Amino acid sequence: MKENTSFFKKPAVQTILASILCAVLGIVLGYIILLCMNPAHATEGMVAILKNFFKFSGKPQQLMYYLGSTLVKAVPVILCSEAILFAYKAGLFNIGAAGQYTVGILASLYTSLALGWNWFFCLLAAVCAGALWGAICGFFKAFCNVNEVIAGIMLNWISLYICNIVLGNETCMNTTKSETYDIAAKNPSGILPGFLQGVFGNNQYMTIAVPITVIVAVVILVILSKTTFGYELKATGHNKDAAKYAGMNAKRNIILTLVISGAISGLAASLYYLTSIEHYKIASSVPGMGFSGIAVAFLGGLHPIGAIVAGLFVEYITLGGQYLNTNYFNPQVADLMIAIIIYLCGFVLFFKTIINKPKKVQKSNAEADKNASAKKEVQR
Amino acid sequence: MILLIQYTLIFSAVLILVALGGMFSERSGIINLGLEGIMVFGAMAGAMVMVLLPETASNATIVILTLLAAAIAGMLSSLLIGVACIYFKADQTLIGTAVNMLATAAATVIVKAFNTSRSKGTDFSAKLDYVRGHDAFMFNVGSLQLSWFIVVAAALLVAAIVFFYKTKFALRLRACGEHPQAADSVGINVYVMRYSGVLLSGFLAGLGGIIYIAAANSTWHFDYGVAGAGFLALAVMIFGQWKPERIAWSAVLFAVFRSLSNVYMGIDFLHALKIPGTVYNMFPYIVSLIVLAFTSQKSRAPKAEGIPYDKGSR
Repeated sequence: MKENTSFFKKPAVQTILASILCAVLGIVLGYIILLCMNPAHATEGMVAILKNFFKFSGKPQQLMYYLGSTLVKAVPVILCSEAILFAYKAGLFNIGAAGQYTVGILASLYTSLALGWNWFFCLLAAVCAGALWGAICGFFKAFCNVNEVIAGIMLNWISLYICNIVLGNETCMNTTKSETYDIAAKNPSGILPGFLQGVFGNNQYMTIAVPITVIVAVVILVILSKTTFGYELKATGHNKDAAKYAGMNAKRNIILTLVISGAISGLAASLYYLTSIEHYKIASSVPGMGFSGIAVAFLGGLHPIGAIVAGLFVEYITLGGQYLNTNYFNPQVADLMIAIIIYLCGFVLFFKTIINKPKKVQKSNAEADKNASAKKEVQR
Repeated sequence: MILLIQYTLIFSAVLILVALGGMFSERSGIINLGLEGIMVFGAMAGAMVMVLLPETASNATIVILTLLAAAIAGMLSSLLIGVACIYFKADQTLIGTAVNMLATAAATVIVKAFNTSRSKGTDFSAKLDYVRGHDAFMFNVGSLQLSWFIVVAAALLVAAIVFFYKTKFALRLRACGEHPQAADSVGINVYVMRYSGVLLSGFLAGLGGIIYIAAANSTWHFDYGVAGAGFLALAVMIFGQWKPERIAWSAVLFAVFRSLSNVYMGIDFLHALKIPGTVYNMFPYIVSLIVLAFTSQKSRAPKAEGIPYDKGSR
């Protein structure tokens, strides 16, 4: 980092470097937290998180199985981050992705369990529900001038309670276990078709969700960088008034952006829950997927392909928390690490300035450390 | 009905304090989306003090130490936002969201570790019990049970109104939220003003956090955070048009709807309607969304909020 060659001047390289720096700093701070909690076993804990499913590396079958599970679990968080970065490019902070994700869960599970639809229509229902939820938010923003962050947060809570009411009845919910029924048992046609299950150690959760995610990321990349529509969105995001002056319909663009963003969030929910890898439980707080999506979007440098890499990384760390020895630590330490990494993402601009000014590196680094240690004090 | 009044008072106290916190921060030019997270930190510090104080401590000691701990924790955690957004010019929305996530995760981890070490490895929950501390705050006026929290909130509200309209300091603070370059040109230190705005918001939101968890409950599960109260306070603040007296009125309005979900069982005609309780939970959010839709058209936020102060820009 300190040798400032022309290679490091490239914006793309700098973004990647800054993101990696965030991730590394987050892991280091996570290690310090482990040290504070239990100094004797901290190293062991950190190794468990980082080594993750590679502890099965002796048995290729099992290794591939857990690799597959990680991929499947990374799908929703990657898609949520795609939704958020898409809206962000148009100057909208779609914190409502969590709510759009929740209505996606609602639509896909209700159509699948209560109505017994085929997986394709369940998927479609979830996409429409998410799009509708995004449209409401967009409507409030475009016509009533309500800040999209506040509207999104309110819609998040409303969606959570609606979801609890609808999925809480006996057609969808196994009341003795207080979670929704297994789709595979109740409606086999509702399960997504498998994808290369043999390669991933006969992992029954490995479905077409994984390739669809990659396709969505590529489509978003193309829309944003190659189409007039994408250009208009970015122009509106840079300067709303200039875009309006140039004849772009700002209100239509706001609503359309949030509709698309909501549709992607809804898709994220259906691609996850229709694999039946997890069942919906009555929750008292909004599913965190939409918020992790924000993290992933920023960690991925707000680039559709970067989001895939960042999503895999975040999911890897989160799942790594489960490999911790619960006698010494609790798995939420991994969540804490992720939160720290997002917080550090706010400093990306600052990291880039360091990279650009080699003479100031020493001084600025000292400042970063000082800030990091100040943060530690607050946490304790 | 008495129950409804009790809950309304409690929730208004919470919303008024936190919304005032948001107001001071935004008036100085920093959007504080991390109010929710600051509340969690304040609540955790206050609850820990209540748990750790010995049984023999007098009521006054418990009240003062708990409030002090919550306020200090709130101010320290607000520095997470202050340092990042003022010194490092980070994206304020992102930092606010990050602080919210950080707070819930940190509170869960810390409380779990605290419980584990206190119970010698038998209790892994993220739950704190503070019946003794909860009782210390209570006193009765006739059949109405009140808590010292409400008195504190009322006093702070009056103080905030006087401070906001009558002091030179607040006028300078407001100038930094409208046009920091102009404020700087007449010798006001914008950074100091913004730090004080954020610290004030941390102080108030920390207190709001401890009131939220301790005024109506005697135990709290920290893996839930504070269940969106901070965001509700932001809506109250916008509805109150960034002015303390209007914030107070709108907070009471929201608090009535929020308390309905707790007490609708006790009110005969609402109970007879047979609406599931979850619907009442949704109420404050739906109402705030509709209210915002009608009031945001002419709402005027502080002009420079959300923009990092850059001395060189015009």
